Amino acid sequence: MTASTLTPPRTLTRRVSPAATLRHTATLAWRSLVQIKHNPMELIDLSLQPIMFVLLFTYVFGGQMSGDPAKYLQFALPGIIAQNAMFATMNTGFMLNTDLTKGVFDRLRSLPIGRMSPLAGRIVADTVKQAWSMAILLAVGMLIGFRLKTNVGDLFLAFLLLLVFSLAFSWIAVLIGVLVDEPDKVQIFGFTTIFPLSFTSSAFARVDTMPGWLQAWVKVNPVTNLADATRGLLNGGAVASPVIKSLVWAAALAVVFAPLAVRALRRRV
Amino acid sequence: MTYAIQAEGLVKRFGETVALNGVSLTARPGTVLGVLGPNGAGKTTAVRILATLLRPDGGRATVDGHDVVRDAHQVRQLIGLTGQYASVDEMLTGTENLVMIGRLLGLSRADAKARAAELLERFDLWDARDRATKTYSGGMRRRLDLSASLVGRPSVLFLDEPTTGLDPHARGGLWDTVRGLVDDGVTVLLTTQYLEEADQLADDIVVIDRGQVIANGTPDQLKTQVGGQVLQVRPADERDRETVAGLVSVVVGEGMQIEGDLVTAPVTDPAVLPTVVRRLDDAGVVVAELSLRKSSLDEVFLALTGHRAEAAEATPELVTEGIRA
Ligand SMILES: Nc1ncnc2c1ncn2[C@@H]1O[C@H](COP(=O)(O)OP(=O)(O)OP(=O)(O)O)[C@@H](O)[C@H]1O
Ligand SMILES: [Mg+2]
Repeated sequence: MTASTLTPPRTLTRRVSPAATLRHTATLAWRSLVQIKHNPMELIDLSLQPIMFVLLFTYVFGGQMSGDPAKYLQFALPGIIAQNAMFATMNTGFMLNTDLTKGVFDRLRSLPIGRMSPLAGRIVADTVKQAWSMAILLAVGMLIGFRLKTNVGDLFLAFLLLLVFSLAFSWIAVLIGVLVDEPDKVQIFGFTTIFPLSFTSSAFARVDTMPGWLQAWVKVNPVTNLADATRGLLNGGAVASPVIKSLVWAAALAVVFAPLAVRALRRRV
Repeated sequence: MTYAIQAEGLVKRFGETVALNGVSLTARPGTVLGVLGPNGAGKTTAVRILATLLRPDGGRATVDGHDVVRDAHQVRQLIGLTGQYASVDEMLTGTENLVMIGRLLGLSRADAKARAAELLERFDLWDARDRATKTYSGGMRRRLDLSASLVGRPSVLFLDEPTTGLDPHARGGLWDTVRGLVDDGVTVLLTTQYLEEADQLADDIVVIDRGQVIANGTPDQLKTQVGGQVLQVRPADERDRETVAGLVSVVVGEGMQIEGDLVTAPVTDPAVLPTVVRRLDDAGVVVAELSLRKSSLDEVFLALTGHRAEAAEATPELVTEGIRA
C-alpha cells in the first residue's frame, strides 16, 4: 500500500439518503439474481418443477378430470400458476435464512447501508424470479394447447395481481425464515402448509364437486380467490369479486405479517 | 487523546447468560489491541457490539469518538469487520463478493472492480476469482472475508479469531497483513485464544474471562504477571520427585506444582534453566525430561484467576446466530 491509503480523514454522512437506499437495494437485488448463474439448481427449481406440474396435471389427470386433457389444461393452468406463485414465495424465506445462518447478513449490517436494503433487495429479486416462472408456465401451457381467451391487458393484470398477492404472502416466508434455525425448515414449512392450502381450493377442481363441509372451507380459502381471479382474467368470466377478495387478503396478510416479520428480524439480528 | 476504540462498562445479557459483565477497553489509534479469552469469554459479543451489530444492555462504546449505538451509521463508515465465521456469499464468485461490497460502499462499477482485483491479487485469490466461493477452501474463504472487510479502507478493523483454523503458513501470512495495515495507520482489534498470537501482534492485551476483564497491559507486563514460560522436570526415578520439587521451588519461587511424576513451575526468567540443571546435577538426580515451554492460555488463566479456562463447551457453529427465546 502507498501513503495515500494512510487512513485519510473522511467526511462522514449522518444518514443514508433515500437515493442511496435505492441504490443499495438494487445492488443487493443484483446479487441475488447473479447467484443463479452459479447455482443452476435454482433455475431448475424455478422452471423445471412448474413445467413438470403443467405436464403432469394435463396429461395424467386431465383426461379423467374433464374428459379431455386440453379442456382440463384450460381450466387448471391458472390454478397451477397461482399455486406455483405461492410455493415460490418460500424461496424468499429460504434465502434469507441462508444469509442469516451463514453470517452474510451480519456482514451487510456492518456496512453503512440502508437498514432495510438487504431485505428489500431480496424481495425485489424474488419478484423478478416470480415473474420469470409465471412466464415460463404460461409459455409451456400455450405450447401444449392453452389459449388466452381474454386479452393481453387482462393477462398483464393477472400477473400483476399474482405478484401483489405473492409479495404479501412472502411476508409469511420472511417470518419463518427469521424464526427457524436452518434453511431447510423453511422448505418443510412451505410444503406442509402450501400443499394442503392450495389443493383445498378451486385451483385444480370445481368447488361444486366437493363435499359440503369442504366447500365451506374452500370458499374462504384465499387461494380460491386468487385462482378464480387468475382464471377469470385469462379465461374470461366474472373477475370483480375474486380480484377484490384477493386484494383484501393480500392487504390483510401484509398488515399482519410484515410487522411481525420485521420485528422478528430486528430481534434476531 | 481520542481513542480509536473505547468501551466503558459494557454489559450484555442473553436470557440468563451474562455474556459481558462490565467490560472496558481502549485502543490507541494505529495500534493492535489483542482481546484474549477462552471459549465463551464474551469476545465475539464484545466485537459485535463495537461493530454496531448488537446493542449493549449497559455501558457505552465509541469508535473514533462516535457512539456505536447513537451514531452507528458513522461508525459503520469507519470500520471493517471480519467475523469469527467466514461470511462470504457462497453462491457468488470471489470477484462478485468484493464488487458487491464496493458498490454498496458507493464505489463506481469500475472502481469496485479495480478494488476487488487489487485485493484478490494481494490475498492470493486471483486464480480463484471467478469460481463460486462454495468451492473455496476454509483458508481461502477466510482470506476473502478479510478482503471484504478491507474494501472500504477502514480505519478501524475488527478481526474475530482471524487465525482459528488456518495452517501455520497462512497464520504467518495473516500476521504480516495485520502488521502492514497497522503500518498504514489502521487500528486493529483482534480476538484470539492464543497467547502467542497476542504476544506477536498486540501492542496491548485485554484478557477476558466470563464476561469480565481480568487483566490488561502490554504483552511484557502480562507475561511478568503470569510467568511467560513453564519449566517442566520429570525425574527418571519417581522416588526423586520430592527432591526435584524442593529444588525447583527454591530456584523458581511460587507456583510450583506436581502432577504425577512431573514437576512444573511458571518461569519469567529463562536464566533459571541452567541453575536448575546445576542443582539437579549437584543433587545427583537423573532426569527423563527437562524443558522450558511457553505458557498455554490455560496456565495464564490459572495464574490470573485461580481457575482453569472453562473447557470449551460444545459450541455449535454459528452459536451467535442461533435463536434463543
Ligand atoms: N445470541 C446469543 N444468544 C444466547 N447466548 C449467547 C448468544 N451469543 C453469545 N451467547 C453466550 O454468551 C457467552 C459469550 O459468548 P461469545 O460468543 O461472546 O464468546 P467468545 O468469547 O466469542 O467464545 P468463542 O471463543 O467460543 O468464540 C457464551 O456463554 C454464549 O453462549
Ligand atoms: Mg467468539
